[in-house]
Amino acid sequence: MERLEVKNLNHSFGFFRVLEDINFTLEKGKVISIVGPSGGGKTTLLHLCAGLLDLTEGEIVNTFKSSSFAFQEPRLLPWKSVLENISLGLIAKGISQKEADMRATNIALEFGLELKDLEKFPKDLSGGMKQRVSFARALVVEPGLLFLDEPFSALDIGLKKELQNHLIDYIAHHNLTILFITHDIMEAIRLSNEILLLKSDPGEIVKHIKIPTPQIERSDKEVFDMMIELLKDKDILNTFELEIK
Amino acid sequence: MKFILKVLKDFPWFLWSGWGAVASIFLFIALWDVGYQLYGELVLPSPKETFGAVVGFFDDEDLTRDMILTLTRAVIGFAAALVIGSVLGLMAGFFATASIMSRPIVTILVGMPPIAWVVLAMIWFGMGDTSVIFTVVIASFPIVFVGAMQGTRTIEGELKEMVDSFGLSLWQKFTNLYFPHIFSYIFPAWVSGLGMSWKIVVMAELLSSSDGIGAALAVARSQLDTTVALALVVVMIGSLLFLEYIVLEPIKKEVEAWRD
Ligand SMILES: Nc1ncnc2c1ncn2[C@@H]1O[C@H](COP(=O)(O)OP(=O)(O)OP(=O)(O)O)[C@@H](O)[C@H]1O
Ligand SMILES: [Mg+2]
Repeated sequence: MERLEVKNLNHSFGFFRVLEDINFTLEKGKVISIVGPSGGGKTTLLHLCAGLLDLTEGEIVNTFKSSSFAFQEPRLLPWKSVLENISLGLIAKGISQKEADMRATNIALEFGLELKDLEKFPKDLSGGMKQRVSFARALVVEPGLLFLDEPFSALDIGLKKELQNHLIDYIAHHNLTILFITHDIMEAIRLSNEILLLKSDPGEIVKHIKIPTPQIERSDKEVFDMMIELLKDKDILNTFELEIK
Repeated sequence: MKFILKVLKDFPWFLWSGWGAVASIFLFIALWDVGYQLYGELVLPSPKETFGAVVGFFDDEDLTRDMILTLTRAVIGFAAALVIGSVLGLMAGFFATASIMSRPIVTILVGMPPIAWVVLAMIWFGMGDTSVIFTVVIASFPIVFVGAMQGTRTIEGELKEMVDSFGLSLWQKFTNLYFPHIFSYIFPAWVSGLGMSWKIVVMAELLSSSDGIGAALAVARSQLDTTVALALVVVMIGSLLFLEYIVLEPIKKEVEAWRD
């Protein structure tokens, strides 16, 4: 079975310890969310897992055949149209232009972009549109393992919910595996099988929260209830330095 | 191909949008005529007479030959500057050491007044083609070089990382990331290099050559033939305007459509 396994991982930038003793295993078809405060080292951990940063201490075993990455910033090529940006990964895989255009168009429409947007350059897109293009670019290659770094942070709640539902559908039907970063605990509850709570200074996993029901069967009520439950949790309150009145 | 078609398709619209420019040129000519009426023919010949002289140039075999000669020199010099500047600039951009080493040299080259090069060229190569072309090359080279170097050095690490994460081949990286980015810097540098070549060629000819438009200008000056001198200036400016606004501007518009 394909899996991503992180063992005893530490990471420092210079003398600054960002991540300490990280351990988790992500199995095929599962979603793990990493939740934690800003500057806690979430992006760093994701980059390490994806091989974009060199590993210095610890071990990462990744047996997935393919993976793709949606960055925290959209990172679109400014001289390429929306359509060309989305199909970048497909072209890299050697898929024909025609087929790539078709698949890119389909996913763009699914993500709430309009046909007239496809010819636009990134400079003419809103922040949320750029984020959707970047997310579509990563998903359209149908990777075995998908790395998502806060893909919905610039979207309104309606659009957010819609794309989350798309993703849940995808997980159920394509057996997609995701390592997901978010600030939004509710989003993590909705989408993941396991939530890792990463505190900062240094980044350490202080809690593993498992959610047994499959995503597609989770009702909003269940999600809200769990959210209320978690907001009473001491570790979560401490990690986010939250005060509940 | 698609690109060329688009340039041609947008061309009539582009011309139409040029009315403002045309109006300002006519206004300029009107002021010129006022100057003529105030100061007389010797100081400022009338536009009518000057344009007449310009048309006359094309019947004058000597002057036609001079114009072609100047054009050839400018093109050769610019082409050499373009090739050398682009290649060296790209290399300097890709290797950090090369870029650090080339900085002071480029500063010297950019800061050196072209007139000094003409003098040196005359000493080194004597009067004639070589001196003129050398001056053109040495004056336009740093512009192209800096453009190419900046283009190569400013490629964003974040985009490189993104492209790597999608596993693009080396050739795909080149066509999707490196080429468009570098081109967006190097193309404007070529355009200003071309303008520079055209100005420098005339200046170099004026001092270090016995033929070409520059030399014709020197002759007109010694004979106090203001009409011919002014007509030559009109030819130079006219060709520069034509090149910039009719040929390069539409291309630039398409090439840079993705910019803010
Ligand atoms: N290349 C780098 N060099 C030095 N320090 C870095 C580098 N990248 C990140 N850091 C530091 O590491 C820490 C963690 O950064 P990281 O981007 O992983 O945070 P994050 O959890 O993703 O935050 P956010 O939720 O705001 O995106 C920060 O303090 C940051 O300053
Ligand atoms: Mg981050």
